Amino acid sequence: MEPAVQVRDVWYRYGKGELAKPVLQGIDLAIAPGEIVLLTGPSGSGKTTLLTLIGALRAVQEGQVRVLGTDLSGASEAERVLLRQRIGFIFQLHNLLEFLTARQNVAMALELDPRLAEAERLRRADAVLARVGLAGFEDRYPANLSGGQRQRVAIARALVHDPGLILADEPTAALDSKTGGEAVRLLRKLAKEQGRTILVVTHDPRILDIADRIVAMEDGRIVEPTLARAAE
Amino acid sequence: MSSLAARRAALTPPLAFRLAWRQLRHDKARLLAAISGVVFACLLVFMQLGFMTALLDSASTTQMLMRADLYILHKKSEALWRTQPFARARLAQALALPEVERVAPFYVAQVPIRNPETGKTRTMMVFGFDPDSGVFDLPGLSEDARAVLHQPDTILVDERSRPDFGSFAEIIARDGPVATELAGRRVTVAGTIIHGASFAADGHAVTSETTLWRLVPNRGPAYVDIGAVFLKPGTDPRAAMARLAPLLADDVFVVDKPGLVAFEKAYWQEQAPIGFIFGLGVAIGLLVGCVIVYQILFTDIARHIREYATLKAMGYGQGYLRRVVLGESLMLAVLGYIPGFFLALGIYALAESQIFIPMRMDLFKAGLVFALIFGMCVISGLLAVRKLKDADPAAMF
Repeated sequence: MEPAVQVRDVWYRYGKGELAKPVLQGIDLAIAPGEIVLLTGPSGSGKTTLLTLIGALRAVQEGQVRVLGTDLSGASEAERVLLRQRIGFIFQLHNLLEFLTARQNVAMALELDPRLAEAERLRRADAVLARVGLAGFEDRYPANLSGGQRQRVAIARALVHDPGLILADEPTAALDSKTGGEAVRLLRKLAKEQGRTILVVTHDPRILDIADRIVAMEDGRIVEPTLARAAE
Repeated sequence: MSSLAARRAALTPPLAFRLAWRQLRHDKARLLAAISGVVFACLLVFMQLGFMTALLDSASTTQMLMRADLYILHKKSEALWRTQPFARARLAQALALPEVERVAPFYVAQVPIRNPETGKTRTMMVFGFDPDSGVFDLPGLSEDARAVLHQPDTILVDERSRPDFGSFAEIIARDGPVATELAGRRVTVAGTIIHGASFAADGHAVTSETTLWRLVPNRGPAYVDIGAVFLKPGTDPRAAMARLAPLLADDVFVVDKPGLVAFEKAYWQEQAPIGFIFGLGVAIGLLVGCVIVYQILFTDIARHIREYATLKAMGYGQGYLRRVVLGESLMLAVLGYIPGFFLALGIYALAESQIFIPMRMDLFKAGLVFALIFGMCVISGLLAVRKLKDADPAAMF
C-alpha cells in the first residue's frame, strides 16, 4: 500500500545565494495510511517548514514529496490548491471565520465540493459538530464559544470533508493543558474510528501519548530512529 | 485535468457572494459606514449631473418652443443670447426655394425691465415675433389670449422668471394687466407664459415684433436674429436644408430644429466651460467614493488576513477570494445606490424650488449614475484585492 505521505531527501532553504539559510537538510519520512505521527523538536528545527511542504502550502525546492498520490515536486499552484482540498488543517489558533456560525465554518470545508447540496453540507456539518460534543452550539459565532470549543469546531472543520490527511500545527498551544489534552484525544479518537492519517507538529510533551510514532527533528534533520509506540 | 474543471465549477460566484454578504452584514456599524460612503458619492454625482443636464435643458427651452422647420442664423451667432443679427433680405432669398411655404423673423433682445413692486430694474431676454406667424409656442396661454400681443406696447412675462423681476402672475390675477417700464418706456404686462429661467437669462418675456422695434434702441425690421422657415407640408426638412443653404449668402447658415437645439447646447457645453466644471465635479465625487470604498475593503481584508489565509490553506483559490472581495464591493454599490437615488430625488425637488431650474430624474441619468457607482466600486474592489496576496497560508504556521 502506498504511504499517505512519502518524503525523500528533501532540502529547503530560506533566502537566496550565500545568505541562504538551510532549514531542511535531507529529510526522509514516510507515513502510512491511518497512522498518527507526532513531529517534535526545538524551535527552528524545521518541523513547521516540513509540515507546510507536506501540506502543499509551499513549493518544493529539492527532493521528492508525494502526498495522497500527488507528486508535489514541481507542482503548479493550481495542483497544490487541489491537493489542499483533500487535507484537513488544524492551526495553532482556531482560525475560524468570525462572521460565520460554527455550522457555517464547518460547512466551508464542504463548499469546495460541487456534488454536495447545501442541505447535505449542513447535515454533515451538524453531524460532525455532534461528534466533537458541540451539539446545540451549531448557531453560535466563534466569539461566543470558549477556547476549547473553538478548537473543537476547528477539528470538526478539518474532519468534515473526509480528508485523506490531517495536518495539525501545535493544536494545544493556545489551550490550557486540560482542554488541550481533551482536544487532541478527541482528534485521535475520531481519526482512529475513521482510519485517518494525522501528522501533528508539537513540542507539548503532554500529548506525546496520542501518537503511533514520534519523529524528532533537530537542525533540519531527523535525529533519532523513529520510536515505535504502542498505539492503544 | 477534468477534476480541475469540476473543482473550478464548484467555486461559482453564488457561494463566494454568499460569503461576501455574510462578512459584510456581520459588522453592522462598518456596513453602515461603507454604505454611507457610497451614498455620499452617489449624491455628489447625481447633483453634478443634475445641474449639468438642467443647464443644458434650460439652455434650449426657447428653441424647443419654436415651431418652424428650418432656421437661419448669422455665422457669427454663438448662442441665443449672443446672436449677430443678419439682413432680413436673406429671408426673402429663402422664399426662392419652391419647398418653402413662408418665412418669419424672430428677434432677441436683452432689455432692462422694471419690477412694478420694488421699482428696481433687471435685464430680461425679450423675444419679438409676429403673433400670427406661429413661430413661437406660448405655453400656458390660450389662443384668445394670444391676440393681446397685437396691442401696441404690450408684453407677456414668463411667470417662472426669477422672483426679483416681480410677481407678475399674482398681480395680474388680482388686478388685471399691470403697467411697468421696458427699456425706459411704458409697457403693459397683459399676461404670463410658462418658459423657465435658464443660465443665460433670469427672466424671459415675449412681445410683437413691432413693439420690439419701437421699444428697444437700435432695433428695427431690417435686421433679424433668427429666421424661421416654414416648409410646405410633406417636405423633408433635411433635404430642403441642403438645398436652401446654397441659395443664401455665406454670412448665414441653416439648421433644422434638432440642429438648433444642438447648436445652443454645444455653446454651453464647449464655449462656456460648464461641461468641464460639472465633469470635474462628477470625477471628484467618484474619486472620493473610490477612496472610501477602497479604505473599507482594504481594512476589511487586513483585519481578516488570517481567515483569508486559512481559506487558502483549505484549498480555496485566489480567484474565489477575489470574488468574495469583488462581491462585497458590488453589494456596497447596490446598497449605496438605492438610498442615494431616493435622496437625490429629494435634493432635485429642493433645488428646483430654490433656483427655478428644472432638475429632472430620468432613466438615462439613473442608469448612468448606477454604472458610474458600479464602476467605482469595481475599481475599489480590484485595488483592494491586491492586499489578498499578503494572505500566505504558509506563514500561518
